[in-house]
Amino acid sequence: MMYDRILIRYGEISTKGRNRNKFIDKLRKSVRKAIEEFPNAVIQADRDRMYVLLNGEDGVQVCDRLKKVFGIQSFSPAIKVEKDIEKMKQAALALVSDLFSEGKTFKITGKRSDKSFELDTNEINHEFGGYLLNRITDLKVDVRNPDINLQIEVREEAAYLSAETIRGAAGLPVGSSGKAMLMLSGGIDSPVAGYLSMKRGVEVEAVHFASPPFTSERAKQKVIDLTQKLAEVSGQMVLHIIPFTEIQQTIHKQVPANYTMTTTRRLMLRITDRIREKNGGLAIITGESLGQVASQTLESMYAINEVTSTPILRPLITMDKTDIMDIAAKIDTLEISNLPYEDCCTVFVPSSPKTKPKLEKVQHFESYFDFEPLIEKAVNDTETIIVKPGMGQQLEEDLF
Amino acid sequence: MIYFDNSATTKPFNEVLDSFIKVSSSYFGNPSSLHQVGGQAEKLLSQAHAQIAKILGVKTSEIVFTSGGTEGNNLAIKGIAMEHRGRGKHIITTEIEHDSVRNSVKQLEDLGFEVTYIPVTKDGRVNPADIERAIRHDTILVSVIHINNEVGSVQPIQEIGTLLKDFPKIYFHVDHVQGVGKLPIDFYRCGIDLCTISGHKFHGLKGTGALFVKDGVRISSLLSGGGQEGKRRNGTENVAGMVAMAKALRMSEDLRKQKFDRLREILGTIKAGLKQIPEATIHTPDNNEAPHILNFSLKGIKAEVFVHALEQEGIYVSTTSACSSKRNAPSKTLIAMGVPTDQAESAIRISLSYENTLQEAEQAVKAIQNSVKQLREVMK
Repeated sequence: MMYDRILIRYGEISTKGRNRNKFIDKLRKSVRKAIEEFPNAVIQADRDRMYVLLNGEDGVQVCDRLKKVFGIQSFSPAIKVEKDIEKMKQAALALVSDLFSEGKTFKITGKRSDKSFELDTNEINHEFGGYLLNRITDLKVDVRNPDINLQIEVREEAAYLSAETIRGAAGLPVGSSGKAMLMLSGGIDSPVAGYLSMKRGVEVEAVHFASPPFTSERAKQKVIDLTQKLAEVSGQMVLHIIPFTEIQQTIHKQVPANYTMTTTRRLMLRITDRIREKNGGLAIITGESLGQVASQTLESMYAINEVTSTPILRPLITMDKTDIMDIAAKIDTLEISNLPYEDCCTVFVPSSPKTKPKLEKVQHFESYFDFEPLIEKAVNDTETIIVKPGMGQQLEEDLF
Repeated sequence: MIYFDNSATTKPFNEVLDSFIKVSSSYFGNPSSLHQVGGQAEKLLSQAHAQIAKILGVKTSEIVFTSGGTEGNNLAIKGIAMEHRGRGKHIITTEIEHDSVRNSVKQLEDLGFEVTYIPVTKDGRVNPADIERAIRHDTILVSVIHINNEVGSVQPIQEIGTLLKDFPKIYFHVDHVQGVGKLPIDFYRCGIDLCTISGHKFHGLKGTGALFVKDGVRISSLLSGGGQEGKRRNGTENVAGMVAMAKALRMSEDLRKQKFDRLREILGTIKAGLKQIPEATIHTPDNNEAPHILNFSLKGIKAEVFVHALEQEGIYVSTTSACSSKRNAPSKTLIAMGVPTDQAESAIRISLSYENTLQEAEQAVKAIQNSVKQLREVMK
């Protein structure tokens, strides 16, 4: 790859008016984090474009990282050349020769935002097309479906040549929409819900409920692994692990079996809301999908949601399981989610939970016991880890 | 010591041995145990899976750990044959396979399978068109070696894989034991369903290897047991060996990126030196060959005698492949290439690793020229 930079086109953020600079700044930070391993790469951002100057770093790998960054519409590996026709021609020839192999077709897509440039768009296409055709034998033109689409863009400061446009992950830069707490169980749905929220710019912190010894160390590790996958998108993610054993045992004793699920959910939500408050979040995200299980019927949600007025985002609410699994496979969380360790939801699950719980009843059952001190204790004993991609994955780095 | 027998086995990297010892002593648990000790071992094992998958450009679930090349080839071939025998009993392979492939299909012949052996050109390469012609309605498997271990000829894997894409019911297995770390291949693009690698050929430890089994490809396991490696390879996993192999593969790939051209240069130096010896015939084809294997015969000089003569100079080479060298049989690959029997019996193989240097090559060339001179006088 002979490119020296990667040109990044913004997605929706180009339409964000006065907040635009804030968005661009968030995107710059996301890009920085995504390419942390390449210390020589330099990021330049302006109002319409961002450039990653490679300075000798591996362009293919940098492109690979950029594919996952939200807020990028598309990007192209490119070469910057002086606005001198001869120099531009030489660069064009070098670039196309590099990509050319027998039988390949090409076209030129000229573009100029610098209207003072001596050639207009058509003339650029003509001039450079002719030049390349004369110098590369067997090169043929195909304007409809070319193998190589050489884009020549003449801007104020210089001309840019590129031959590839790679689709970005779109969405908004992570962190540009505020913070929310994701209830992360270890199943298939919640990581997908987290991912989709991040795609809309939400900074996500994960909350997980652990009930040792009913749940194992491996179940917790599984959640850390999932968090790590999600952290690849944002560079890092905070994970709160709530000690939940005592509360679950208490619920088991205090509440009739068919209502334990509803109360458990209510208490989880109350605790998550406390954690949210402590950490400056504005919403709670869940992986609920309507009707999927007993706790996800409208009646259940009505009875559970009553404990808080904080917005609850349910990105998967209308999605089918198969669609959710497709996304999970795409973001590499499916395989981890499918590991068979007990989590806190499966251990204490009653044989026949209410699918249509009544709010008055659950309030009545809970009124016999003051859960507040237990909630307080769980919140205070929460273990908070900052998870980074690749971290902790290695017990001892130098083993590998 | 100049060690030029790296296709037989390589010297494990020190860092690889460190990992092996560390894992064996500190993380000795059985990955299937539920407790913490087992959990740590399992984590290391899955990390080793992930690292090897990443380097090979495939999914973690597609890597099955084995005990090496022989097991990988056996598992691929017999695993497919047993699982899919209801659909067909015809297998296609080449005349220049490693014994672990050759004898696996031989064993299947005894069980009622039919095998077509594709010949090679005098350059030691199969013609993909010959494979296409050999395909029958009951063909279930095509197995082709990537880099031949005796002469270093490279087979047109991508072309074969491309033509096989028109036959979705035929599985494609590649013996990549000599290729990994030297000439990497894109498994997906080449349409490969199963692919064998072996740890000790790239500075890992003996008894370690991996078989790539593409998602969706079902194989029977050879060993019945507790369901390890996705039920495809039963038996308590060799965690330390696999961690060591993951490290060896990473280090070999790093070396490949830095030293590939140097490796070709070293081989070129030896080749040029051999060309000056009138008695020498080089069997390794001149273009598109592997960067690390050179096979030649010296007219009138017995291979075994020559190996020992060089040994006296501290240079270690081999007569054909290590596995068959003790049998004193002519190289099957060379016979398949149409090399006369007397030459095929006296073939010598030099095989390099990234640890070898240009200086060693020059020293070896001198030693070879001297030995030939001395032996020439004795043998006459």
